[in-house]
Amino acid sequence: MTEPTTLNKRRAPFRFRIEPRLSEPPAWYPAAVSFGAIIVALILGGVLISFAGGDPIRSYLHIAKASFGDIGVLSDTIVKATPIILAALACSVAFRMKLWNIGAEGQFIMGAFGASAIVLAPVLPAETSRWIFIPVMMIAGMAAGAIWGFIPGYLKAKFNVNEIISTLMLNYVAVAWVNFWIFGVWTEGGFQMSPKFPDGAWLPRLSDYAKAFPIFRGLTTHLGLVIGIVAAIILWFIIFRSRWGYEIRLIGDNPNAAQYAGINITRNTIWVMMLSGALAGLGGMSEVGGVVHRLQTAPVAAGYGFTGIIVAWLAKLNPLAIIFVSILFGALILAGREIQPSGVPKMIQGIILVCLIASDFLLRYRVVIERVEE
Amino acid sequence: MDYTIILQAGIASGTVLLFATIGELFAERSGVLNLGVEGMMLIGAMSAFSTTIATGNPWLGVLVAMIFAGLISQIHAFIVITLQADQVVSGLALTFLGAGISLVLGEGLSKAGTVSLLPNFSIPLLTLIPIIGKIFFTNQSVLVYVGYLLVPLSWYYINRTRPGLHLRAVGEYPSAADALGINVFRMRYFYVFVGGMMAGLAGATISLAVSPGWFSELTTGGQGWIAIGLVIFAQWDPFRAAIGAYAFGALRRLILDIQGPLVLFGFANPFYYNPYLGFFLQMLPYLFTVVVLVIGSREALRKRIGAPAALGNPYVRGERGL
Repeated sequence: MTEPTTLNKRRAPFRFRIEPRLSEPPAWYPAAVSFGAIIVALILGGVLISFAGGDPIRSYLHIAKASFGDIGVLSDTIVKATPIILAALACSVAFRMKLWNIGAEGQFIMGAFGASAIVLAPVLPAETSRWIFIPVMMIAGMAAGAIWGFIPGYLKAKFNVNEIISTLMLNYVAVAWVNFWIFGVWTEGGFQMSPKFPDGAWLPRLSDYAKAFPIFRGLTTHLGLVIGIVAAIILWFIIFRSRWGYEIRLIGDNPNAAQYAGINITRNTIWVMMLSGALAGLGGMSEVGGVVHRLQTAPVAAGYGFTGIIVAWLAKLNPLAIIFVSILFGALILAGREIQPSGVPKMIQGIILVCLIASDFLLRYRVVIERVEE
Repeated sequence: MDYTIILQAGIASGTVLLFATIGELFAERSGVLNLGVEGMMLIGAMSAFSTTIATGNPWLGVLVAMIFAGLISQIHAFIVITLQADQVVSGLALTFLGAGISLVLGEGLSKAGTVSLLPNFSIPLLTLIPIIGKIFFTNQSVLVYVGYLLVPLSWYYINRTRPGLHLRAVGEYPSAADALGINVFRMRYFYVFVGGMMAGLAGATISLAVSPGWFSELTTGGQGWIAIGLVIFAQWDPFRAAIGAYAFGALRRLILDIQGPLVLFGFANPFYYNPYLGFFLQMLPYLFTVVVLVIGSREALRKRIGAPAALGNPYVRGERGL
């Protein structure tokens, strides 16, 4: 057994003793710790904002009002959350196996490319019906993302190449690849973007049904949200109710035990990276089909893949929790666009992640304050 | 196209990678993987540039960059050494944090104009050596020469001195080092700090010497991640790190310069007549990093050279294992 670590404060009348938790903490405890970590992060973020010459309280109030203030902005928040849900699902399944896929960003971009290629190549003619266009774009986006996940998965499985670095490098390659196509091949009048997609390739929005339901007027929430929620439910069943999910969890928790149990780690590494890439690619498809409606680098490569990492971690890799955490981060990104200085949302995300990781300590150890007896 | 000029600029650009790689090498030799290099470099580049604008003294800029990046690295050190959290996730968090903080504090810096940069000079006599003198010793930034000194000194420190022996012991077999009376925790904190300072120096090298200015996240453009890849390629050896860093620096320069001339090797230059192909050139450093990792991993397997045995594992006193 581990000896208790002591942070010695010889002179003080009390001291902190840190000891490992022997029993599982109560069910509410992890959520409370995460919540506390976020509060601490917001306070630290506020301190830094005021250092940079901003007003933290106004900034935070602004975030709350500009993202949940009325049904219109709430709808915009959900639109921002949609790509994050899919990117975070992608990260969560890989992290579950302790595969550090940092390349959801690149897989997302490739998914957007794959889906756009259906429209722009064109694989399907512009007047194709929505009900054919959208499924084909989904498949193309997932396939392109899966290929982008396969490469680091294969290199990891066969050559033991560090997947953190290979996935990250492929992010930059994906951006350059899409830039080549939108500058060189599909450019609209020399601008850095493709022409707009035909109507059939747009994911339906709530506002499309405003005639039947007047309350939907102007709401931009699109089919991608449904895709994201369905994907989260399916992933939940895969992870917690299927044999494959059991293998993934076992490899993540104890690769040696998995090996002895006869689970094929090489094959699982490749398949999980492909699943991860496909989910991120689906996110890219949903973003070009539902929001951008053309292939363009800046709005697609907006860092959803990186936010997905934080969201997956905050949701403790639980697919259903990811939906709700994504909405919070969607709010942060939506409102953050108007906040000065412009790096604030990114910084707050970083601080939240740091505090979350640090707070995990409280799940594994107890801090005991005790009197020093001389 | 004058190849010596490209190589000369490549050495300067490689110096950035060299500092970051050697810094990470020290941290990893002590058993701590720090994936936050990119974030610490951004902190370094931003604080060096803004300090230099405020004071007019680039040396002060370098100093502040190293201290600020070193302090930021201590967040990672605290989380993984004291709190024993996962080093991968914490390093990622540090990257986010460093990028975010440097974006917030660097707001408006991109429009700040020019600053006094670190001096360039030539080394007398050594410049007279044909080709090599031109590439390595003519009109280089003072930091490039610091880089030349750093490589052998780091090697000597790690392999031939007593503190270097302790460093290796802590990374390979911390419980044995602990039994010898070496303070494993303090050593790891220290070398993570060294890694942070070097990453800060790398950032300062960008913003005050190689490509002066602050261009938000584009300032580093993933070089921190390339540096982490280079440590694996280097097999934790400073000389191999130098080869990798300078080769990558030269590659980066070549990509910039190859699109200029009308004629390349006697043929019409495709990159001049079709600039879109330049995007494929932009992919090269990143693809090369992956290739280098494949080579490095295979070679390590063949020669049975591995990472420091305790790399990535927290040290808990009294626990069994490494």
